[in-house]
Amino acid sequence: MSDIKINMTINGQAVETTADPRTLLIHFLREDQNLTGPHIGCDTSHCGACTVDMNGKSVKSCTVFVGQANGADIVTIEGIAEADGTLHALQEAFRQNHGLQCGFCTPGMITRAYRLLQENPNPTEEEIRYGISGNLCRCTGYQNIVKSIQIAAEELSHKEAAE
Amino acid sequence: MNDQTPISREERIEKLQGLGCSRKRVEDARFTQGKGNYIDDLKLPGMLFGDFVRSPYGHARIKSINPEAALAVPGVLAVITAEELKPLALHYMPTLAGDVQAVLADEKVLFQNQEVAFVVATDRYAAADGVELVEVDYEPLPVINDAFKAMDEDAPLLREDIKDKMEGAHGPRKHHNHIFFWEEGDKDGTEKALDDADVVVEELITYQRVHPCPLETCGCVASMDKINGKLTLWGTFQAPHAVRTVASLITNIAEHNIRVISPDIGGGFGNKVGVYPGYICATVASIVTGKPVKWVEDRIENLSSTAFARDYHMTGKIAATKDGKITGLWAHVLADHGAFDACADPTKFPAGFFHIVTGSYDIPVAYVGVDGVYTNKAPGGVAYRCSFRVTEAAYLIERMIDILARKLDMDPAELRIKNFIKKEQFPYQSALGWEYDSGDYHTAMEKAMTTVDYKALRVEQTENRAAFDRGETRSLMGVGVAFFTEIVGAGPVKNCDILGLGMFDSCEIRIHPTGSAIARLGTISQGQGHATTFAQILASEIGIPAEDITLEEGDTDTAPYGLGTYGSRSTPVAGAATAMAGRKIRAKAQMIAAYLLEVHEGDLEWDVDRFQIKGNPEAHKTMKEIAFASYNQAIPGLEPGLEAVSYYDPPNMTYPFGAYICVVDVDVDTGVIDVRRFYALDDCGTRINPMIIEGQVHGGLTEALAIVMGQEISYDEIGNIKGATLMDFFLPTAVETPNWETGHTTTPSPHHPIGAKGVGESPNVGGVPALSNAVHDAFAHKGLTHTQMPHDHWRVWKVAQKLGLTD
Repeated sequence: MSDIKINMTINGQAVETTADPRTLLIHFLREDQNLTGPHIGCDTSHCGACTVDMNGKSVKSCTVFVGQANGADIVTIEGIAEADGTLHALQEAFRQNHGLQCGFCTPGMITRAYRLLQENPNPTEEEIRYGISGNLCRCTGYQNIVKSIQIAAEELSHKEAAE
Repeated sequence: MNDQTPISREERIEKLQGLGCSRKRVEDARFTQGKGNYIDDLKLPGMLFGDFVRSPYGHARIKSINPEAALAVPGVLAVITAEELKPLALHYMPTLAGDVQAVLADEKVLFQNQEVAFVVATDRYAAADGVELVEVDYEPLPVINDAFKAMDEDAPLLREDIKDKMEGAHGPRKHHNHIFFWEEGDKDGTEKALDDADVVVEELITYQRVHPCPLETCGCVASMDKINGKLTLWGTFQAPHAVRTVASLITNIAEHNIRVISPDIGGGFGNKVGVYPGYICATVASIVTGKPVKWVEDRIENLSSTAFARDYHMTGKIAATKDGKITGLWAHVLADHGAFDACADPTKFPAGFFHIVTGSYDIPVAYVGVDGVYTNKAPGGVAYRCSFRVTEAAYLIERMIDILARKLDMDPAELRIKNFIKKEQFPYQSALGWEYDSGDYHTAMEKAMTTVDYKALRVEQTENRAAFDRGETRSLMGVGVAFFTEIVGAGPVKNCDILGLGMFDSCEIRIHPTGSAIARLGTISQGQGHATTFAQILASEIGIPAEDITLEEGDTDTAPYGLGTYGSRSTPVAGAATAMAGRKIRAKAQMIAAYLLEVHEGDLEWDVDRFQIKGNPEAHKTMKEIAFASYNQAIPGLEPGLEAVSYYDPPNMTYPFGAYICVVDVDVDTGVIDVRRFYALDDCGTRINPMIIEGQVHGGLTEALAIVMGQEISYDEIGNIKGATLMDFFLPTAVETPNWETGHTTTPSPHHPIGAKGVGESPNVGGVPALSNAVHDAFAHKGLTHTQMPHDHWRVWKVAQKLGLTD
C-alpha cells in the first residue's frame, strides 16, 4: 500500500509527514518521531507501557494505527514537563516517593496519571488504583506509585488554589 | 584548598549521603522524562530487523523449510535456518547447565514456539511479513508434558541429538529423557529418623511453572564492524561479561574483539540471565550482512520461549517428636527442565541451592535427591526473583511445617519458634552442608507477631469460624505465617562458577583531581538503583559525597569483569568489592595525607571525609585535598593518581531472613481471596538505603502475590502452551495489589565488609509460602491439608466445593 499523509500535533508541535497506513502509532512515535519515552511491553494493550494522551484521552498506542491518529493532538511523556524544563508535579512526585524502579512502565504510568488527574483532580486511593489499572508495573507493587499520584494531586491543587 | 566555611561533623556526614540514608535515586531524572535508553530505543544507521519463524507444534519432525515466498517480500534480505548455521557449528549453543540447545531447530522441534528460522529484513514489518510466508512442513510426534511420565519405559525419545550420550553434565542419565540425578545429605540417617519418629508427615508439593515476565522483553542489537573486526552486542543482559565470554567461545571471535553493552534494563527478575537463540541469530545476521541487526521478542515469545521458572514437583517428609521437635527432613524433587537443560545455576549445583531446604530450623539430619527430566516445554529454569531454587525450597519447608503443625494440632508459629536455630548457634552448620553466617530468628518472629497482634488474630479467626458454622458469614479467615532463610550472594569461587567463570565480582574507582569520582562495577542494575546505592557505599568509605560519584555498569570495554546481577548477588559480592576498592583508595589517601601533614601514617585517623592528626583534628586533609595532591605532588615512593580496583571473592554466602505474616479472607462461594493485611519483616543485615529496600520488598511481595494467586505456564496434552499473553498470564494490577507493611531487624553479616546481605529476592521467597499458607489456613479446620498453587478463584472455589462448603 502506498503511504498516507499524516498530520498531527505531537507535544505541541505540528507534524506533517507520510507513513505506511498499517504503522502502529507506537512505532510511528518511537521510530519515525524518535520519541522513545512510550514503550512496548505486550502488543495486546494490556500493559499500558505505550500509553499516550490522544485528544484528551489516555490511549494505548500499540493498538492504534497511525492513520487513526490523523489530526489528533498527542501528548507523550516527553511533552509533560513545562516548556522551560520545569518538571510536572507527577514527575517530581515519582522521584521523591520512589514511584519507579526499572523505569520501563514509568512513561506510560505518568502519562496515564496526567490524564487521570485532569479527569479527577482529587481522587481517593481507590480511584487512583482503578484509574491506573490499565498500566502494569512489575517492580514497585504500585504502593509508591499510588502515593506519588496522591502527592502530585495535592501539589497540583495547591498550585491551582494559589493561581 | 582548605574548606572555606567549617561545617559540623554531623553536617559533613549528612552531606555524604552515605550508608543508611534514603537517598533519592539518581536514575529517576531520565526515567520520569522518557529519556531512558532501553534496548529497543537503540537505532543505528542501516539497522536491520530479525524475527523468528516458530514451531506451532510441541514435538514434530521438520520435513522441509521453504523460504521462497518470504524472500520475495520487499525488504526481506535473508532467511536463516539450521542448515545455514551448521557450517559455522552454530546450530547448537552451549547452555549454562552443561547441555546444548538448538539455536534453530535441527530436523525436529521440541516445544511450541521453538525457533525454526530467522527472517532478516529492512524493517520490523517486512520481517513479520516474511515470517508469515516461510513454509515449514511438519510431521507431529507424540508429546510429553507430564514430568511424571517422562521416564516411562515407552516414553518417546525427545533429544535425538544426545540419545547415545548417557553420561550427562552431572553424572549418568538413567533414561533417554533423564538429565541428571543429584543428591545431598545423609540418606540412611534421614530414613532412620523417619522410621524412629513419633510423627511423620508426607506431601507432594508442586511449585508450578511460572515466568519472570519483566515489563521489557529480551532483545539485542548486534553490530559487526567488518573493517576493524569488532563485534558490539547491546542487549538486555543481566550478566554482560559472561555474555562476552560465551559469545567468544561460541563464535570464535577473540574476546577482545567483542564489546557487550547492557543499556537500561526494563526489569530482569532472572529472565535476562540466559543466552537465547535471538542473540546468536542477530549476531550471525550482522556478520553476514555487515549491518547492525536488532532482535526484540514480543510478549508471546517472551512467555513461551525464554526463561521459565520453577516447575518443581517436590515430595517432602518430616519426622518429629509428638511435642513438635523436628528430627529429620527428607525431600525428593522431580524437576521439569523442558526440552533443553538451560537452567541457570552454578555448575556444581544442578538444583541450585535447593539444599537450603532445612530453612530456619535446627534439623539434625536431612537428605535431598533431585531428578531432572526433559519434556516438550520451553527451556529455561531461571531463578525468578530468588537465589537459585531457593524459593522452591522455602515453599516446600514452609508448607511442610504448616502441615506438621496441623497434624500435631500445634500453632504453626509456635512450631516454628520451637525449632528455630538459636542466635547462639551461629555460624550454624546445616545438615545439608551450608554455614549460615548470622541470624536472630526469635527476635524477628517475636517482633512480627507483636506487630500484627498474632494472638488476637487467632481469637478473631476462632470467632469467624464459629460464625461461618452458624451460617452468619460466607467468608473464612486465614492467617499465613512464613519464616524464611535465603542464601544469596553467589558466591565463593571455590564452589560457585558458571561455565567455569568464578562468581566473584568487582569494582574499579577513579578519583578525579577535583575530588569527584567514577566507579565501575561488574554488575548491572535492572531497577535496583545501583547508581544510587553503590555510590552511598563508596561515600561512606572514601568521604566523597554520593552526588559527586558517577556509577557506571554494563559496558565490558570499560567495566571490570564481574558475573552480573541476579540471585541477590550485587550487594553481597559487588557491594563488598565496592567497599574493598574504597578501602584501597583510603589506604593510599592516608599515605598522601601523612606526606602532606608531615607526620607518620600511624599518627592519622579517618574521620568522615578526611584524615586528621590524632588528638589534633584541626590538622587534617580532606579527601578532596588529598585527591588534588595525588595529581600534582611528587610524593616519594608513591605513584601519581588515586585509583583502585577490587575483585571480591566472598568467603561465604549471606543468609538474609524474614518473618512474614498475612491475613486473608476467602469468599467460599466465589473463591475470591482478599489479602486484608500483610506484614513483612526483613533482616538483610546492614541497610544501605531504606527507601530502596522497602521498594524492593513491595515489588517482590507483589510478584509473590502473582505467583500464588494466578500465575501458571501450562501446556495441553498435545503440547500447546496455554496462556502466553498478558490476557491469560496473571500480572496483578493496582486494584488486586494490597498495601504492604514492612518492618526490619538488623543482623549484620559477619563476613561482608559492611555487613550487608541483600534483599531484592527475600520478599518473593517469603511471600509465596506466607500467602499460600494463609489460603490453606482458611480451610485447615475443614480438613484441607494441601492443594497446589495457583490459588486462583476457580481452584479455591473447587477446594471449597470439595470440602462441602458450597451449595
